[in-house]
Amino acid sequence: MSAAGGHLPPAEVPLDAPPPEQRRSGRTGYLLLLPGSVWLGLFFLVPAVTLVATSLYDPAGSLQTGYAMTGHVANYLDAIGDYREQIVRSLVYALLATGACVLLGYPLAYAIAFKAGRWKNLMLVAVIAPFFTSFLVRTLSWKYLLGDHQWIVDGLQTVHLLSEDGRLLNTPLAVITGLTYNFLPFTVLPLYASLEKIDHRLIEAAQDLYASPFTAFRQVTLKLSMPGLVAGTLLTFIPAAGDYINAELLGSPNTRMLGNEIEGLFAAGDYPIASALSVVLMVGIVVMVAGYVRKAGTEELL
Amino acid sequence: MPEMAPVRADLQLRGVVKRFGAFTAVDELDLTVPEGSFFALLGPSGCGKTTTLRMVAGLEEPTAGSILLGEQDITDLKPYRRPVNTVFQSYALFPHMSVADNVAFGLKRRGRKKVDAEVSAMLDLVELGHLAGRKPAQLSGGQQQRVALARALINQPRVLLLDEPLGALDLKLRRAMQIELKRIQTEVGLTFVHVTHDQEEAMTMADTVAVMNNGRIEQLGAPEELYDLPATTFVANFLGQSNLVGATVSGMSGNDLLLDVHGSRLVAPVARAGVKDGRAWIGIRPEKVFLTLPGEPSDGDSVLTGGVVTDVSFVGVSTQYLVRMPWEQELTVFEQNHTSVRRFVPGDQVDLRWRPEHTFTLDAAQDATAGAEPEDE
Repeated sequence: MSAAGGHLPPAEVPLDAPPPEQRRSGRTGYLLLLPGSVWLGLFFLVPAVTLVATSLYDPAGSLQTGYAMTGHVANYLDAIGDYREQIVRSLVYALLATGACVLLGYPLAYAIAFKAGRWKNLMLVAVIAPFFTSFLVRTLSWKYLLGDHQWIVDGLQTVHLLSEDGRLLNTPLAVITGLTYNFLPFTVLPLYASLEKIDHRLIEAAQDLYASPFTAFRQVTLKLSMPGLVAGTLLTFIPAAGDYINAELLGSPNTRMLGNEIEGLFAAGDYPIASALSVVLMVGIVVMVAGYVRKAGTEELL
Repeated sequence: MPEMAPVRADLQLRGVVKRFGAFTAVDELDLTVPEGSFFALLGPSGCGKTTTLRMVAGLEEPTAGSILLGEQDITDLKPYRRPVNTVFQSYALFPHMSVADNVAFGLKRRGRKKVDAEVSAMLDLVELGHLAGRKPAQLSGGQQQRVALARALINQPRVLLLDEPLGALDLKLRRAMQIELKRIQTEVGLTFVHVTHDQEEAMTMADTVAVMNNGRIEQLGAPEELYDLPATTFVANFLGQSNLVGATVSGMSGNDLLLDVHGSRLVAPVARAGVKDGRAWIGIRPEKVFLTLPGEPSDGDSVLTGGVVTDVSFVGVSTQYLVRMPWEQELTVFEQNHTSVRRFVPGDQVDLRWRPEHTFTLDAAQDATAGAEPEDE
């Protein structure tokens, strides 16, 4: 009687080897892999190797004199030693922004997936619409919004949430707000995709089995949306940790993130230290992400 | 009547109405399901049977009326506070949990810590003990169905609701599960309310069948009673097959109704008649009818003459005939394949005859084709 669509996974799952025809098409598979492999080789592998190589150059060189490849591992110690503060700050800001994105994005994705009804598509468009404007322009408008004599600051001062000489712009809060704003869609979209797939009857079944709405959410909805939550937080955390535009436009010298330092070092021609910092950031993120994915127990779901 | 007995944990629906916008899914439903019975709600798609079930489970709120379990009014109780569990049509097993965790779910929600022994005993009951560690997606349809059953049964609900639980299984497995379900119900002694559109399933399994149509109960009773004496044309057609022939009541004689059926004078028991005068449908089940050569003596049988066999299908245990009557109606006759029974071929002239006590009489105001074509399974 009720709609019979959207059934649970099919009963029989083939666990044995693929049928013979699939093996014969192996060559087609490799051919299809070729363009992607060439692309990755040229634009990921070569630059990554160059980056690691550059990070080991003798820092005494310059753009004019050229750099000598001396395998100077001490570049890493110097980089970490000199920029420890920015490394920690980048990770903390990125974590806080990711946390804020989840707090804002989960209810939003949930509402779009389960409660929006016929407004669903409109709401999704609203999530994506900011992408139609440049990232820079949007961040600059935050600079304006958070500015000293704008209504937000004035309003907060009026209700004494902000002191008379308090400001929002050029504070860590402004940078984290910018990061949160810019990366929110990357949290919402994977979460929405995950939530939208959840069969509502599972939640009914949980309630039928004595789970209060909150328990049903925790035991069923949240667990089944884990792949989206993990994907969304990664898509937010990784670019946020490396971002420098928000710190540049909304921050102050006291809120500089690793991205700002790397950019500055490259601009100043200090390629080895800049490269070493980039590698440190990359390795740091990979290690954190690997630990996170393992902890979240979503390897199979990803 | 048993209704007068002191109320135990019977499930009662009183004047229950459910409307979705302008559509009335369930209309003034009154129903008592005695404790410990196997009760089937039978009806076609959209008749309101699943909505009724969902209201008992607490997943839908009745627009009006009340639902009682024993003496407790559970109408406004949240689903997770009701001592009622459901086996869902699609099973709705939690895909991220193992079979054992699915089965333990209800117990754990009620704060039970040590559930392993109970879970494995329950899995043994449904013969799935060896698959406790699997995920639902790794099970066959029949196995998933049994997990869903175990997941509900382990909570020892006062009422177990089954929403077309066998609908997704193939015929052979479905027959096996019907017997299995009946066995388990007898074993655990719980009240089962089973929703189905399969009349054979309802009749095989249930002690009591309620036939639903358009949000109302057409008739309620033991399967044999419903089959033997349908109260409406819908029940006559939906539950098995019936031949319904237009007739006029011409009078009454003792315990018999005198009928004029397209010129033939027949009698039918007054006790089995829904109308006592005017236009009527007389009904007779196809297997109660015999075919004879024209002109044989009636021996007190009801006889309709002038039939011509138009179709013969041999189905093993019986042969099904279609017989065209002089008034252009085709009637169905099932003949058991005894060696002594004469076989007819299309074009043969035949008379139809049956014992008058098998005739039932229904109000001609009802649609003779109501419920005649239950949807395909």
